[in-house]
Amino acid sequence: MKEEMSRIVRTMTTLIYVFIMVYGFYVIAHGHLTPGGGFQGGSVVASAFALLVVTYGNQKTQDFLQKDLLSLLESTGLVIFICFAFFGLGATFFYNFLSNSGSLFGSSATIGVNPGNLNTGGTVTAMNIAVGIEVLAALGVIVLTMSQASETIEKKEK
Amino acid sequence: MSSWLSFAHIVVLVVMLIAAFLAVVLKDLLPSVIALAAASLLLSLEFYLLHAPDVAIAEAGIGAALTMAIFIFAIRATKK
Repeated sequence: MKEEMSRIVRTMTTLIYVFIMVYGFYVIAHGHLTPGGGFQGGSVVASAFALLVVTYGNQKTQDFLQKDLLSLLESTGLVIFICFAFFGLGATFFYNFLSNSGSLFGSSATIGVNPGNLNTGGTVTAMNIAVGIEVLAALGVIVLTMSQASETIEKKEK
Repeated sequence: MSSWLSFAHIVVLVVMLIAAFLAVVLKDLLPSVIALAAASLLLSLEFYLLHAPDVAIAEAGIGAALTMAIFIFAIRATKK
């Protein structure tokens, strides 16, 4: 869409997209406790980006969702992931050195039926967050690039 | 309970088959893509009924939302 859509669509988008993003970040952060994880949550957040692009058009979305920044975020997520994999190299590659250590994400998990403690899981939680950042940035870059290309072709044919 | 669940399975699969058939048969591209997204959404519902909520979230995010958005961006750049 070269211009933005109607007022109804814009109002509903501004109401909804924050909740979609918060749900996506919830799925990422609770990856070790509930169904879902980095990839699923990242794809949910990226679908919120797609909603923004469809509603407001490519030009207006790129004012506050820079493609270069998203590309940098993608590389950062991958670097964090591989760093956590190499940090465990004292034992093996991908060794879970954070679990039961008492530090970040280091509490020991309680046995039995319980609501779940977010501060457990060790490197699993940290890697879920890294994968989430990577996936949301990569899918956002794909959506922005596709919309920009289609807008350019549409303008050229006129 | 079990008979209700198998009835839901049958309904979801039949509607999914209809949507997939429409996605192949329809001549116009935009309704075809929307039928494909409907089939994908019903597939995620079927994954949820089969106790795989993990796959259902991924299918709903990628298959129904992002793929349809990218397809529609691509269709907008084509000519009739």
